[in-house]
Amino acid sequence: MSNEAAAPAQAAQSTDTAAAPEPLPHGLGASLPAADARAKTEGTFPYAADLWAEGLLWAAVLRSPHPRARILSIDTSHAREMPGVHAVVTHEDVPGTPLFGRGRADRPVFASDVVRHHGEPIAAVAADHPDTARMAAAAVIVEYEVLDPVTDPEQAFEAEPLHPDGNLVRHIPLRHGDPSVVGDVVVEGLYRIGRQDPAPIGAEAGLAVPRPDGGVELYTASTDPHADRDTLAACYALPPERVKVVVTGVPGATADREDRGFQLPLGLLALKTGRPVKLTATREESFLGHTHRHPTLLRYRHHADAEGKLVKVEAQILLDAGAYADTSSDALAAAVAFACGPYVVPNAFIEGWAVRTNNPPSGHVRGEGAMQVCAAYEAQMDKLAKKLGLDPAELRLRNAMATGDVLPTGQTVTCPAPVAELLQAVRDHPLPPLPKDTPEEEWLLPGGPEGAGEPGAVRRGVGYGLGMVHMLGAEGADEVSTATVRVQNGVATVLCAAVEHGQGFATLARQIVQETLGIDEVHVAPVDTDQPPAGAGCHGRHTWVSGGAVERAAKMVRTQLLQPLAQKFGMSAELLQITDGKITSYDGVLSTTVTEAMEGKELWATAQCRPHPTEPLNEAGQGDAFVGLAFCAVRAVVDVDIEVGSVRVVELAVAQDVGRVLNPAQLAARIEAGVTQGVGIALTENLRTARGVIRHPDLTGYALPTALDAPDIQIVKLVEERDVVAPFGAKSVSAVPVVTAPAAVASAVRAATGRPVNRLPIRPQAAVVTPQ
Amino acid sequence: MTLPTTLDEAVAALTAMPAAVPVAGGTDLMAAVNSGQLRPAALVGLGRISEIRGWQYQDGHALLGAGLTHARMGRPDFAALIPALAAAARAAGPPHIRNAGTLGGNIATAAPTGDALPVLAALEATLIVAGPGGARREIPVSHLLAGMEMLRAGELIGYVRVPLLHAPQVFLKATGRTGPGRAVASVALVLDPARRGVRCAVGAIAPMPLRPLDAEHWVAQLIDWDHRAIVPEALHAFGEYVAAACIPDPAPAEDGSVPQLPPAVLHLRRTVAALARRALGRALS
Repeated sequence: MSNEAAAPAQAAQSTDTAAAPEPLPHGLGASLPAADARAKTEGTFPYAADLWAEGLLWAAVLRSPHPRARILSIDTSHAREMPGVHAVVTHEDVPGTPLFGRGRADRPVFASDVVRHHGEPIAAVAADHPDTARMAAAAVIVEYEVLDPVTDPEQAFEAEPLHPDGNLVRHIPLRHGDPSVVGDVVVEGLYRIGRQDPAPIGAEAGLAVPRPDGGVELYTASTDPHADRDTLAACYALPPERVKVVVTGVPGATADREDRGFQLPLGLLALKTGRPVKLTATREESFLGHTHRHPTLLRYRHHADAEGKLVKVEAQILLDAGAYADTSSDALAAAVAFACGPYVVPNAFIEGWAVRTNNPPSGHVRGEGAMQVCAAYEAQMDKLAKKLGLDPAELRLRNAMATGDVLPTGQTVTCPAPVAELLQAVRDHPLPPLPKDTPEEEWLLPGGPEGAGEPGAVRRGVGYGLGMVHMLGAEGADEVSTATVRVQNGVATVLCAAVEHGQGFATLARQIVQETLGIDEVHVAPVDTDQPPAGAGCHGRHTWVSGGAVERAAKMVRTQLLQPLAQKFGMSAELLQITDGKITSYDGVLSTTVTEAMEGKELWATAQCRPHPTEPLNEAGQGDAFVGLAFCAVRAVVDVDIEVGSVRVVELAVAQDVGRVLNPAQLAARIEAGVTQGVGIALTENLRTARGVIRHPDLTGYALPTALDAPDIQIVKLVEERDVVAPFGAKSVSAVPVVTAPAAVASAVRAATGRPVNRLPIRPQAAVVTPQ
Repeated sequence: MTLPTTLDEAVAALTAMPAAVPVAGGTDLMAAVNSGQLRPAALVGLGRISEIRGWQYQDGHALLGAGLTHARMGRPDFAALIPALAAAARAAGPPHIRNAGTLGGNIATAAPTGDALPVLAALEATLIVAGPGGARREIPVSHLLAGMEMLRAGELIGYVRVPLLHAPQVFLKATGRTGPGRAVASVALVLDPARRGVRCAVGAIAPMPLRPLDAEHWVAQLIDWDHRAIVPEALHAFGEYVAAACIPDPAPAEDGSVPQLPPAVLHLRRTVAALARRALGRALS
């Protein structure tokens, strides 16, 4: 194994340094480009919004304008009578179970008696033109009795139940250690995290096609096709084999796609009309429909001794789940488990709640739970450092977690946890030059190139963030993925239902097969639900579980290939090696090419990967809930215009615990994308509501970071300590920079202004220094 | 969709089809169409009217065509004429918006955050409006923005007349991010050395640009016009004066207590003060 591993690492280095005539990079450790990169940059890559079918109808969804109301009546007669309208469906037309949901089936396909959030679907229309469909949806007359919405999560405990399941989605009272311990130094804080929207570049779109057998096929950018299929089948009262989800190109996914409240009406209309139905969401519908990051309220008390060693953390964490549970239970588990961060904390008492409100629904967005607590515990560490007169990085180093330490959940950290090493790497990286040391015309001051920035009012700050996330599903989630590798005529094909949504799985699968079989031409087949399930694309699942399955299948093919050769020479297959398309034996007697050995053969193998099981957190928040952990350190350098409070992130230095680098270019891109999303959380991204109504559901009001907002990102260190339980030893890389970057930016703004900065995104008035 | 080539043809087309909507850059109009808020029965495209895509000089003034794009106004030759308008044009959005969006469109949309508007207000610009039968009438831009005068059916904004002041001008804009964004507050400030005047307008904080006339008159007396200099204390006071004029303190309650402005409004006032102070400071530096 170690020999195999060393070879590609060298190969990667040689391709990096050598000149152009080298063959394309291949195998693990090489920067293999994505197969569809060209089509995507040229605009020829087909997404769901580009799909077409003969005689298709267009769908439109009627959504609630109120965050909370009782539905007194729904009159669809006018809509039905409009010329060009083929079907109008409401809750009455759902043949199967009326409720669905990711964690818990608590969300109606269509609201029937009450609406619980702004934008909740009430009816859907299929018509021969998109405008007709929209007009018909608007012609559905809904009589509401508008109710006072519950929008403050703190009031959800006392408010009358918004849902038959009650307002409390989950409560975790974590108790770890001795509650009576008191530190020499105590710091307290109250923190608020806003509502981030995943805001995918491509809004939701899909095409549903009825099948002759009475079933339906849905072409859409799902990231969890099998779970979606099961939901659709249950709501349509169809056996799962008569519903097929075909995954199209995914136009950006940092959260779950596609919103099922969008898929369900689409398939239902196709079943009802017997014709293909297409739906492309507007940007506004996209904001209204899909789930968001949990807005969170956090109250913390850190106890430390005089040297700055943490002795106890007490915290209360309140997650606003919105109207439906979705993945709030998982987000809360992560928030509670990582409430102290990657620090050694012997005594921890964390109360976590996820509650229902009439706010827009929350769900999975990468780093959920972990991101919110990271911003809070890092703010606490800054406060503690200030109180003790210690350097913030030094205080963090004194408390950094390492392998063998225990999480507040009682789980021992068995995977590599190079927290101190990561922090030292970013701390010791040279600082970027100050604006005054660069030519004036190159200054990019807060406020932008044509902004109001005044050099005299700009203060620079440096801050740190340390973050952690868990990999794969937690608390006993069954993780399994199946992959098939087929080799014929020197070409390998991978069949696996793991969706490529930008995380790079398709590229990684090609690399794994190249590495194991020495075949350069590898194709990854499109995904649909006729393949065995692979799970949702999040928490690094596909690198680990699906990548592991692909590797096993490829190894089985390898054995099938090498066994006859080995037998011929009277040796075992283990003594044969495949490098660069050549098969050689340990003694050099045998030397042939893979192409030759394959001649006339078609080899198949299917394998599964199932990581070791986890257990749910018990009533005291204790348990081995996580398969693995990944860590990240970020040092942020910011410039703040202290008079107007505008902030520019100058540089983010990132050091990350990655286990093993499988594709350097792809890894760097994931980290850069992750910290940029983190900059958005820190400074601008907040989907604002007024009494539960989303105020600016557009990309002007919801300010994503632009190229000018993205800082210089320096990846200063990738710690490659292999995680022995993970296939290839690799860790998930996309989520942890998102978790850590906002905390680092806030820390830097704190350093620049001396203000507490206890709310994200940072509002300009919180970054202003008023003259004494 | 019709594509006239002269202003009068365009006016005739609009008069013939009262339901038609004129479109120039389309950066606001098409967004409304795409989101389903607007379904114009017909469009009159103004993009082929070459007479309104440039500018000409007219006794100490520039006559700017309404079809000038922000990209064109941002170029150095234009910046040498009307620096504040060029700065506003450069700050108006990402390049693809600036390439399409026009001066006339910015005025017609009259969004509170329109970046050219405070500059035009500070310059006391006048609109030349083309009407049916070759008629032309003049409307001060502030009258149109305040709703004191309206465009009548079939009328089009043809030109914008602005004085050429040959003196420093500044446009400053505070936004929520480093990249292009809508203004939270903006300040346009122009010096008129011939009349020893300062003219200032604050954008984005009200439905139309606000002119702090008292602050302008007051500060103009404190400027040393021969050296174009001012003492720092006056600069500070000017910023506060402008901000207090645009965002006044709330009226005292019946019991005589003075209610506090909400923190967000106080911050906006601070921002306006900083922008106004910086703008005058830069104009006089």
